[in-house]
Amino acid sequence: MSARRLRMIALEALRILLLGAGAVVMLAPFVWMVATSLKSPSEIFAAGFSLWPEDFNAYANYARAFTEVPMLRFLLNGVIVCTGILFFQIVTAVPCAYALAKLGFRGGTIVFGMVLVGLMIPSHVPAIPLYLAFANLGLLNTYWALIIPSAVSVFAIFLFRQFFRSVPDDLINAARVDGLSEFSIVWRIVVPTAWPAITAFSIFSVVANWNDLFWPLIVLTDTALATPPLGILFFRDQEAGSDYGALMAGTTIITAPLVIVFLLAQRRFIEGITLSGVKG
Amino acid sequence: MADPAPAISAVPAKQVLKQAAPRNEPSGGKARLRDRLAGIALATPATALMLALLIGPTLAVGFLSLTDWGFGARSFAFIGLDNYAEMAGDPVFRRSLINTLVYVGVVMPVSVALALAVALLIQGGRFGRTFFRTAYFLPVASTLVAMATVWQFMLHPNLGLVNEMLRLVGLAGPNWLTDRGLVLFTLAGIGIWETIGYNMILFLAGLMAIPGHLYEAAEVDGAHRPLDKFLTVTWPMLGPTTLFVIVITAIRSFRVFESVAVLTQGGPGNASQVLLFTMYRESFVYFRAGYGAALTIVFLAFILILTLIQIRVIDRRVHYA
Amino acid sequence: MAAVTLQGIAKHYDAHQALSGIDLEVADGEFVALLGPSGCGKSTLLKIIAGLDAQSAGALHIGSRALRHERPSERNIAMVFQSYALYPHMSVYENLALPLAMRDLAAWQRLPLIGRFTPGYRRRRAAIDRRVRETARMLGLEVLLARKPAQLSGVQKQRVAVGRALIRHPDVFLLDEPLSNLDAKLRGQMREEIVAVHARTGVTTIYVTHDQIEAMTMADRVALMMDGVIQQVAPPREIYADPVNLRVAGFIGSPPINALAARLEGARLEIGTRGVTLPNAVAMTGRCICGIRPEALQIADSDAALVAGRITRIEFLGAEAILSLAPDLPDLPVVQMRCHPEDIDHLATGDTIGLTARPEALLLFDPDGARIRFQKARATRDQPLPAFLPLRSEGHG
Repeated sequence: MSARRLRMIALEALRILLLGAGAVVMLAPFVWMVATSLKSPSEIFAAGFSLWPEDFNAYANYARAFTEVPMLRFLLNGVIVCTGILFFQIVTAVPCAYALAKLGFRGGTIVFGMVLVGLMIPSHVPAIPLYLAFANLGLLNTYWALIIPSAVSVFAIFLFRQFFRSVPDDLINAARVDGLSEFSIVWRIVVPTAWPAITAFSIFSVVANWNDLFWPLIVLTDTALATPPLGILFFRDQEAGSDYGALMAGTTIITAPLVIVFLLAQRRFIEGITLSGVKG
Repeated sequence: MADPAPAISAVPAKQVLKQAAPRNEPSGGKARLRDRLAGIALATPATALMLALLIGPTLAVGFLSLTDWGFGARSFAFIGLDNYAEMAGDPVFRRSLINTLVYVGVVMPVSVALALAVALLIQGGRFGRTFFRTAYFLPVASTLVAMATVWQFMLHPNLGLVNEMLRLVGLAGPNWLTDRGLVLFTLAGIGIWETIGYNMILFLAGLMAIPGHLYEAAEVDGAHRPLDKFLTVTWPMLGPTTLFVIVITAIRSFRVFESVAVLTQGGPGNASQVLLFTMYRESFVYFRAGYGAALTIVFLAFILILTLIQIRVIDRRVHYA
Repeated sequence: MAAVTLQGIAKHYDAHQALSGIDLEVADGEFVALLGPSGCGKSTLLKIIAGLDAQSAGALHIGSRALRHERPSERNIAMVFQSYALYPHMSVYENLALPLAMRDLAAWQRLPLIGRFTPGYRRRRAAIDRRVRETARMLGLEVLLARKPAQLSGVQKQRVAVGRALIRHPDVFLLDEPLSNLDAKLRGQMREEIVAVHARTGVTTIYVTHDQIEAMTMADRVALMMDGVIQQVAPPREIYADPVNLRVAGFIGSPPINALAARLEGARLEIGTRGVTLPNAVAMTGRCICGIRPEALQIADSDAALVAGRITRIEFLGAEAILSLAPDLPDLPVVQMRCHPEDIDHLATGDTIGLTARPEALLLFDPDGARIRFQKARATRDQPLPAFLPLRSEGHG
């Protein structure tokens, strides 16, 4: 009995050791990023390694990150772009998904076929014609150039359609009897019952668009409009790799919003991100 | 009355009286005109945007790939498959395609295997489940461009944490991001670091879905040791999930772009050139739209093949469950 | 309040004919049950009346208005659904108030935040509030007003669904299998409640169900539907006692009516070698089907019996018993008799007995299942009385 118990404790210890070693590697960049953002240049350049700064230089580093480049502006741009995209995606996908799920209409099969085809096309593929279109419209270097290409999400339509199909027909018929139009059924009855799907998609969408580099890199040259990832690149190139303390302060600022949301709402966050398992 | 007259003599009453087999009442059926109009009205905005932003441009890319057009050019010529022919003879393209495949070939097996190990270890005990899950998932939840910048600093040949640690054990660390032979694997390492958490979650979900009574049955049948249980229950039950994770990882890592754009720009030489970055550079740095479109089509072709495999795998998974 | 008139209503989905030639008149204030097996089209018919679906042909009137493509909300009907269909994200109060808000408030008054500053908003909201509380009081829902549907029991959800339907004082009240999600005991209670609500409000009510007990106990008249056709419309007693065809006779009643192949020869009905003389002549001869309700059968001597055979099963149900008999004629199905338990105390499975029935209790059908009626008026003139009397005493013997 006690030998068995001992073996179990040993196994558990081994498990924690292995997982712990892995976790150190996984977390190292985060720890090092934050640690470096607190250090002075001389300490960063000094040989040897220490986690906690001897000479606390956080204020100077973060001040530089905020003043050298418009870091708050980057964050604000991220918020504006992600909110804008999410707004359009929800406003377009929800009615379409409802129509596909609950209203038989001529052409519905074609629309759904387009959704399925669209699911297979990565967002990078339409980039060249879209760039051309925005260049011709004179919309490069605008928020619109960042928002409009993502204004419709076939993935959202697909996901919401699946979800709406499980909304009972009776509920929708009851709303019709109570005098709601199809439009108000969508927003007053179907959407409130579909919050889990909408929340999960919202997280998926915001994370994807907050982190996207490909498209902003193509349509933006104006620093003032840069999204967070593009902003951090501007900041790095401006620093020319010399002031790592400030650079790490910058990356900490950019990374913090999503990481904080993740730590606060882990379950929903994981649900949202792994949704893309369907899309790939 | 539509049904045939009951044959009198030899038929039992229950059968005489039997009603027509219950048919499902037609649920939706053909919708009414107003519903049809409402459907069209509700679907139109999304459909129009899909056509304008996704389907149309994708078709346009296919067309552009057959031209020699460049951004800003006043005219273009239809050159058939010349772009694809050029691609076949272009060492940069070949380099980037091989690099992409090597990158996928490294990231996919390693991150899937490690993620499976992590998921099994997390699931295998009580202590620290939430903490470890959070720790391994954190890279997925963070901004890759920012974290790539951190990696760049950590991999700095002199100041970087990695070489600092190697120095502690008496090793001279290499130039991770400027060594031609090494750079692609460095990027793959970052890719693995970024992907493990995602795959781990998929595996954890797969593990949770295995019914507990299967383990009890296996125990009754004599599978006492953890390894026996793994081989008799876990691994076979996890098979479909594994297949799914493998394909998903392939698709995700085939799209590698951010780390290359941030860390190497395809260099040194073309040692870390990958397909999507080549496409970006040809199209938006050199402004060769026609050639870039052809590269896009090749990229799309690979993704489509992988997606079709994925659909097959999802079907399998559904049938399995 | 209004009458509902259906004339020649038909509905088809592509090739499938769901309803054909439906004629039905529901008087103002009447309670009619649409009864039928699942798939018979009764729910489709209800949807057409509600305006959730449109008829392919035929005329539908509610009151004096002819309706076809009008929306449900333009018909002043209310409906209770099988799954209750309460809005899961709204409280009971909000569920009850919604139909009133949709009707009484203009679109811009329903806007969140802005709506409350519009003229007349407070007065109308107060009126809605009064109605909601009044309805809640009537159905005993006052203490539940703040709850969400998920926090309610089945019966409570059912009451809210009824309340939401009635709150607008609809012209017609439609119920689609409203009790099928409740267990048997609560079903009885809700039957009473719905009947009471109907009595109090007097709203024209159309009630769809596949449960004959619901239809028989609640409705003024029952419309029995099968295969998209109304077979018979009649008060509960009449549809049981005087079915127009074998299918109606077979659907209503439990255990079901015994249907035995028989021959008609003038006033003589023969089942195999046995027979009875009918009280009155019928207008046919030859093969027919003789329907006997289980409670119409009685034990008889084998020479006086209509059917005889071996007892295969006796079920005691407390106040009554069901006896199953395998007739000695090979072509006849098992016959079931309903009787008082004391009447068969002396019998056991395996015993051989005879059964008979009063001739006037027999329901005769032609080989196609259509009812053959006794020709009463002529019968008294044509038939000599003595021929009838012995038979009667024989039947009792």
